Amino acid sequence: MSGDERIGLRHGAGGPAMRELVQRVFARNAVSREDAIGLADLDDAAALRVGDRWLVYTTDSHVVKPLFFPGGDIGRLAVSGTVNDLAVMGATAPLGLACAVVVEEGFETGQLLRIQASIEAACGEAGTRVQTGDTKVMGRGEVDGVVITTTGFGFAERLVRDDGLRPGDDILVTGSLGDHGLAVLASRSDLRVEGDLRSDVAPLNGLLATALRAGGDAVAAMKDPTRGGVASALHEMAVKSGVGVVLDEASLPVRPPVRALSELVGIDVLHVANEGKALIGVRPAETKRVLEALRAHPLGREARRIGTCCEERPGRVVLDTGFGRRLVSESDGELLPRIC
Amino acid sequence: MTESAPPHRDTPERLEFRDRARGRALLDALARWTEDRVDDPVSIMHVCGSHEQAIARFGLRAVLPPGLRVITGPGCPVCVTDAPEIDEAVALAEAGLRVATYGDMLRVPGSRGSLADARAAGARVEVVYSVAQAAELASGDAPLVFFATGFETTAVATAAVLLRDPPEGFSVLSAHKYIPPVMEIVAEMPATRVEGFLAAGHAASITGWGVFEPFVGRHGLPVAIGGFEPLDLLAGFAALVERIRTGRPGVDNCFPRMVTREGNRRAQAQLWRVFEPAGGVWRGITRVPNGNLRLRERFSPFDARRCHAALLERAGGAPGTPTRAGECRCGDIMAGIATPLDCALYGSTCTPALPVGACMVSSEGTCRIWHEYGGAHPLAEQAG
Repeated sequence: MSGDERIGLRHGAGGPAMRELVQRVFARNAVSREDAIGLADLDDAAALRVGDRWLVYTTDSHVVKPLFFPGGDIGRLAVSGTVNDLAVMGATAPLGLACAVVVEEGFETGQLLRIQASIEAACGEAGTRVQTGDTKVMGRGEVDGVVITTTGFGFAERLVRDDGLRPGDDILVTGSLGDHGLAVLASRSDLRVEGDLRSDVAPLNGLLATALRAGGDAVAAMKDPTRGGVASALHEMAVKSGVGVVLDEASLPVRPPVRALSELVGIDVLHVANEGKALIGVRPAETKRVLEALRAHPLGREARRIGTCCEERPGRVVLDTGFGRRLVSESDGELLPRIC
Repeated sequence: MTESAPPHRDTPERLEFRDRARGRALLDALARWTEDRVDDPVSIMHVCGSHEQAIARFGLRAVLPPGLRVITGPGCPVCVTDAPEIDEAVALAEAGLRVATYGDMLRVPGSRGSLADARAAGARVEVVYSVAQAAELASGDAPLVFFATGFETTAVATAAVLLRDPPEGFSVLSAHKYIPPVMEIVAEMPATRVEGFLAAGHAASITGWGVFEPFVGRHGLPVAIGGFEPLDLLAGFAALVERIRTGRPGVDNCFPRMVTREGNRRAQAQLWRVFEPAGGVWRGITRVPNGNLRLRERFSPFDARRCHAALLERAGGAPGTPTRAGECRCGDIMAGIATPLDCALYGSTCTPALPVGACMVSSEGTCRIWHEYGGAHPLAEQAG
């Protein structure tokens, strides 16, 4: 990436282009440290060793169009995104959040109140609160509606990384795939399909706490498959862990309206963002116990094993379609519509 | 591999087009029927980007038997749109007219850049999802040219809009193409050595499968009409292989839930009321007699080539040369002579983010499809 290159939308799509941007620009001088997880590690959050525990912290800017969509809004998204980044690192009891809001001139106060109510409701579900914040107003056209940045922190007794997979480990998902991205796409483009297309946006810390209690050290790796979807999240886990992953397509939980819309517009569900799901790598001996714990929680009733790790093809993700096999690619973030 | 039944059984699963056991049975049969052809594989060509998508999507190339070769034909309407046709659209946009087209078409380079380049330089180019949407954007005060690409399936939609009293100011720059004639051309290309064709199910739902009978008579090659679910494809391959090994060319309709012998007569009537076949160059292939669809005389008021003739003439002159035409192998890939892996640019210089050739731009293009579904890593050699 040279100094002349311009930033494109694909640099924010969660795939290879975004990783390259972060590595070449923001993490350019980052170094790995024993007692700290940071930019060099490109994990879901940063962590500092404090005594015998880890202080986990992260920050996340939220921009979504439309601001209100079936199943949620930017407020719920801003809380869930940050809480989930902490939770997949093992910090499932967030101590608090900070929230910075940039608002466009002319934005209705009524809408801000709706967003704030939604932030409070999501904090209630996650058992945390916004303790400080910042507000800025920009001129009309200088920002699109509202941008919310949330920062969160919490302690982890045991840090769960995204590089802990070993051959033989099982890959679990906590529920159905593709709901968030396709609900937003449908509401943006006014595409209607039969059935209830709703975002899955939700704070997962309670759910992941039960999984960690049930699985203990056997929970080897976790990641939330947001931008770039399961494809990007699993690639990162596979590359960092040095294992191959084989997904069983028949096991992927996908709701019928999500399947219908994804096939209609030609988007692979594995590339679609989720905002209320986690991928969990588990040592096989504890798979059953972790699945039972997940399924006992309201947000994990549809948890399933969707794949396994192997020694072959390290860093690659293979999809067994039941008819054949293919590699799963990461999305480049440019989805053109089909024409015939 | 799971402990309980999947929580979501989707419709295609229930409808058995994705019955995995039947898929395996068909693959076993294909392997048995082609085991004596491992050194000289049976060559089947499909002529549809959606077929390649389904083959890639379901990972079929990793499990096809070594005695069977499925090659890709000129099945991507965007990819076969010739550079001078794109130049016309670019010229109209640069002349200040609004031009609407399908998203796939935007970045395909003509000889003097693409519509996306024109837009970046200030021209008004809009992406639409349908011809009807394009017509809605046009009015007498705001003329709009719809750059129409696609095979007979898409051409029928264009015809329907033109027959329904389109708004003043709306015109069509037709780059529509008609599939049956190009199959004649490819069948006679010595380099391809095609032994049978898998014809596109959705196109055949318009034309009917009877349209292929004269082709079979002329070339002695079997044709199967194929759908887009994995079992549709495998059944199509099986029908073709069976006819090839027994030496009985004919047409098999392997997509009977959609395709009849006579096809959609109303759609055909609309298509031929609006369009007439004309010879034209298919990019990378050759001149195809009757391969293009041109607006008939009575639709002149909506034919961009006629109502904006002066603008096109003014912009004319010697076309430029695409800068990297020499390196890109799109043409050979569409003719079934090469695969993306034979192209030095594939996956390195040429990616979906920075495409060189049309085959990497369009979602129907072979290079784009291979790239999207994980490239062509040799999974077949690593069983298990």
